[in-house]
Amino acid sequence: MSSTQTHHTDPQTATLANLAVSPTGFVFDPRTGATFSVNPSGRALLEGIRDGLSLDALVDKLADDFEAAGADLRRDAMEFARSLKDQGLLPNTFELA
Amino acid sequence: MTTHTDLTKAVDLSRKPKPLYARPTLLRHQSGLMNKMGTQPRITPTDAIDGVPVSELVAQYGSPLFVYSQRTIEHRYRELQSNLARRYPKVQPAWSYKTCYLDAVCRTYHKEGSWAECVSGMEVNKALRNGMPMNKVVFNGPAKDEPTLLAALKGGAVVNIDHFDELAAIEQLAKTHGLFPKVGIRLNMATGNTPRWDRFGFNLDNGQAWDAVRRLQAGGRLSLNGLHAHFGTFILDADNYTIGATKVTAFVNRLKRELGITLDYIDLGGGFASQNRLKTQYLPGDQVTPSLAQYAEAVTRGLSELDYAEHELPTLITETGRGLIDEAGTLVTTVLANKRLADGRRAVVVDAGVNLLYTAFWYNFEIETTAPVVGVPEPTVVFGPLCMNIDVVREHIMLPPLPVGTRLLIRPVGAYAVTQSMSFIHLQPAVAMIGPDGQHAEIRAAETLDDLVRNERVPEWIEAGPQPAAGRPATPGRPGTPVLPRLTPLSAADRAIRLN
Repeated sequence: MSSTQTHHTDPQTATLANLAVSPTGFVFDPRTGATFSVNPSGRALLEGIRDGLSLDALVDKLADDFEAAGADLRRDAMEFARSLKDQGLLPNTFELA
Repeated sequence: MTTHTDLTKAVDLSRKPKPLYARPTLLRHQSGLMNKMGTQPRITPTDAIDGVPVSELVAQYGSPLFVYSQRTIEHRYRELQSNLARRYPKVQPAWSYKTCYLDAVCRTYHKEGSWAECVSGMEVNKALRNGMPMNKVVFNGPAKDEPTLLAALKGGAVVNIDHFDELAAIEQLAKTHGLFPKVGIRLNMATGNTPRWDRFGFNLDNGQAWDAVRRLQAGGRLSLNGLHAHFGTFILDADNYTIGATKVTAFVNRLKRELGITLDYIDLGGGFASQNRLKTQYLPGDQVTPSLAQYAEAVTRGLSELDYAEHELPTLITETGRGLIDEAGTLVTTVLANKRLADGRRAVVVDAGVNLLYTAFWYNFEIETTAPVVGVPEPTVVFGPLCMNIDVVREHIMLPPLPVGTRLLIRPVGAYAVTQSMSFIHLQPAVAMIGPDGQHAEIRAAETLDDLVRNERVPEWIEAGPQPAAGRPATPGRPGTPVLPRLTPLSAADRAIRLN
């Protein structure tokens, strides 16, 4: 698996920073052994949040990377962040800037 | 006309089109879950049984170790008794000896008021040994030996006849000994469950049971005072009991109406499922096994049309075994080794196998750790200690890596596991019981080599004679061939070696 792991010091995204994410969207959490699948937009968001992007920046990234006319990218980004919290990959106190 | 150059100017062919957007998804892989209604793989450790640390039990009695909870035995018995008694005025449970005939277990049931249900001379003698008078013994089964049968008839046991040959044999026995005993007959019938249990008793649906009653009456020696039916085993649909009991009720009413026979008892057998999980079972036991209240309701609903005054109603005898005791039994086992199979699966070898869990061939037991174990659960095969390929305790279970020496709990194993366990390759382990106040004691000592060989005999011509030459029969006393040392009892030091 090719990892896109980066080294963050932000404790809010420390778990995300340790994830191994393959180009095809297979995600491995070495802390718990849990594995996940993300689709391409999910992978873009996961990496964007891990890199500390703001909500606006995430929306711009989705718009740049995908043909997303008419989509509510802001809502989707916020919902995805919620999913990461539900799976224990982000702390509940995390908020997108 | 548009030229090639114009086209490249109009559409930038070198630019890769962007993928269509789809809402982001994050899916957790649910390996080990059978479906959305299933249970999570259990990795929360259970370090005590009825409050007694597993480590304390193993230190005192060894591993592997069967452990029975007296509290659970008593609780389940009282639950069944009260549920039946609320719905039918005369109820008499009889403990199914074959399910577990350890004295301490049987006596616990007898102290609660249970009779003994036995299916062999050995079991009857065990019941008598446990203080049961013969008139509180229910003697069933297709192979009743004559001495026990005679004692049972003389002592007023509930004797349920299985087939016509037995009917004739009992008749002859009664004539020989000048008896006019009361007997019951066993019925079988279709109740909707499969496979149909028609190998025991007389068929009700095709008239064979009616013929048996007429035959019994014609003999002039025996009088019918009861009926017995056992609808199957591990019956997960309680309605089968209502169907069966309704058919029995119709037969009872016909006996009274047409032949003037009134009965002392109706024995509706056992067959209640435990919360164990059959290999063929889709959902876990705690989701599909009817409660004792549901079984009691189903049984007694079928008896509601009995044409008897309330004070004359036949006693309802039950023979529930598995449904009462399975959850009371735990097998403590210890991890001996970890392996990685050729197909990539993890395997673990434990010190208890199908020698102790014959029931593993049809159950998927729960297996729990007794202490936290670090690591990622993954599909694991649990092998027993036998040098036999078939020794598989669980074919597939999610377990973390288990260090050698890890204690595991296999449950529920209270029903049949002890009585069906065998001294094969390894000696049989101890059985302990935990009392209601947390006290515990060994209720069966671990088997020794002396126990195993106690009944063996070596014929003199083997003991004293020479070794035969290849291809020739032994010739006692022929000189020039080696002589085996005589078998001698083990020394105390040898005996102290735990061979198990």
